[in-house]
Amino acid sequence: MGQFLQQLINGIQIGSIYALIALGYTMVYGIVRLINFAHADIFMFGAYMGFFLAPVMTKIFGGAFIPTIIAAMLITGLLGFVMEKLAYRPLRYKSRLSALITALGVSIFLENFCALPFVFGPAYRAFPDLIVAGNLPISASLGLTIPYVLLLDVGVSVFLMVLLFWFVNKTLIGKQMRAVAFDKPTASLMGINIDVVISTAFIVGPALAGAGGILYGTTYGMLGSPFLGIWPGLKAFIAAVLGGIGNIPGAVLGAYVMGISEAFATSVNSNLGYGIAFVILIGILLIRPSGLLGKFMPEKV
Amino acid sequence: MNFLRTHRTIATVIAFVLVYVVTKALYLTGILNTYYIQLIILVGINIVMTVSLGMVNGFTGQFSIGHAGFMAVGAYTSAMITTVWLHASTANPWVGYPIFIVAVLAGGLLAAGAGYLVGAPSLRLKGDYLAIVTLSANELIHAVLNATEAVGGPRGLGGIPKFTTLEVVFVFAIVSVVLMRNYLFSSHGRSMKAVRDSEIAAESTGINTTKQKVFVFVFSAFFAGVSGGVFAHLLQFIDPSSFTFVKSLEYLIYLYVGGATSISGAMVGAAIFTLLPELLRSLQSWRMVIYPLILILTMIFRTEGVMGLKEFSFILIPQRKRKEVSA
Repeated sequence: MGQFLQQLINGIQIGSIYALIALGYTMVYGIVRLINFAHADIFMFGAYMGFFLAPVMTKIFGGAFIPTIIAAMLITGLLGFVMEKLAYRPLRYKSRLSALITALGVSIFLENFCALPFVFGPAYRAFPDLIVAGNLPISASLGLTIPYVLLLDVGVSVFLMVLLFWFVNKTLIGKQMRAVAFDKPTASLMGINIDVVISTAFIVGPALAGAGGILYGTTYGMLGSPFLGIWPGLKAFIAAVLGGIGNIPGAVLGAYVMGISEAFATSVNSNLGYGIAFVILIGILLIRPSGLLGKFMPEKV
Repeated sequence: MNFLRTHRTIATVIAFVLVYVVTKALYLTGILNTYYIQLIILVGINIVMTVSLGMVNGFTGQFSIGHAGFMAVGAYTSAMITTVWLHASTANPWVGYPIFIVAVLAGGLLAAGAGYLVGAPSLRLKGDYLAIVTLSANELIHAVLNATEAVGGPRGLGGIPKFTTLEVVFVFAIVSVVLMRNYLFSSHGRSMKAVRDSEIAAESTGINTTKQKVFVFVFSAFFAGVSGGVFAHLLQFIDPSSFTFVKSLEYLIYLYVGGATSISGAMVGAAIFTLLPELLRSLQSWRMVIYPLILILTMIFRTEGVMGLKEFSFILIPQRKRKEVSA
């Protein structure tokens, strides 16, 4: 029982990080129908920003976590904005495949550029401690403890998700985003500035991924290399497909399902942890390709 | 000269034989050393890889991004057969080469099987699912190879006999490209192009689009597997890190920069990008920074790639003059 709950807790923790990444994938996909492969590398960029900014922020503000995460989100948001402007915008009216290829190119460029010795370097780095380490004992009889970092992960991601739901559902630009995702030509006829909406999606999504990167660094205490985004990015994307790509609550649900099933699979066998994502992906494509919360949209001719 | 112009197939065969003779002569006279010969062999392997990728990505309009995974399946299967199970060696070519051919074909078939497992669930859907499935499959194959001690795990598999010679690659590359070209110019090939241009229109003219897409994907995975086998018997050592997603991406760059909708484009891309790094040896660590930039710039400024829709004349089917039928 204790083992079961512990895995469940671990799953919720990793699921929170996946959720932050998956939201960016799903928002961008919903609006421009593009798998933004570079999103995983923006997540990596956010984690590295945490590494470089944390000492500076500690010096300026005393505390490190909140200023660091805000600064990292601003920087990754800016990166997403610039990326869309330079790489994706020129291709908006060309074939969809060419934008997809460009996204792949941007992804590999970011990884390898950041791995150059004078940028981030390919080496392993220890992530600075942003919060107090320790555990919250829940039940001694079950041997169950909750590390503080887990509370932080879940708390921050739930807070950001609530903020996002408010943003998408209540603000004007959020409503415009939903309109564009629903029907782009009609939305533009209604006077919505498509460029602004797309830019917003490319700022908000990467900002969330940046926050995810900081949480990732804080949780694992280390940054392997600038290629660290690939696996979490892949799993988060599968989570977005699982929840129904383009669907914001779906991405959150998918991410938690993914995180929890991965935690259980890893506790059985560490290699199974990698395989489970693939099994979920093939399973969802065979059984319900529109995702758990997605709607099946028949193609109109 | 006039004879050659009218009998283009013969001309092409003569041209290839000449290329082979010249390369071999340059090698025997010592102008090209073993290293350059190895590079030329790699060009041949990469051409087959790129053209096979082009069948899926260029001619059928799908987006497969894990081609190196199938290459790994073929490479490991054939290397296990020749090296670990049958202990084939080049010392006795009459026994060695049949084993090599069977091993390489077995690698291709297993890769085709993997291709079916990957392609069948994802290709019945429209959209970009294939991309994410092939990407995951590539990473998964890499992780499985890393974790399997029987194939050497992360240390890799060494001591593979060197069956891949210049002659082997010449025959292999020409036969593969001819097979793929004939398929592309057949009625199946035209169905593929119809699927690419409009899946709905293709479906309404009676093409079974799913079957068509899956078949092309499996066919392409087969050639990737065979190339992997030939590749393993060239380098004599393979490890999981030779078949990561980055390798797949290299083939995508060769393909899209050369021109995805042209067999010649794929060949040109593969040849240029295999030889180019030798000129830019000093920029080795920048290679994977520059390549993606070239890819992005190609997409923005010349989406159709260097060759566009053009083909070299030896690729095209010679048009016979039709006899006028008198009424």
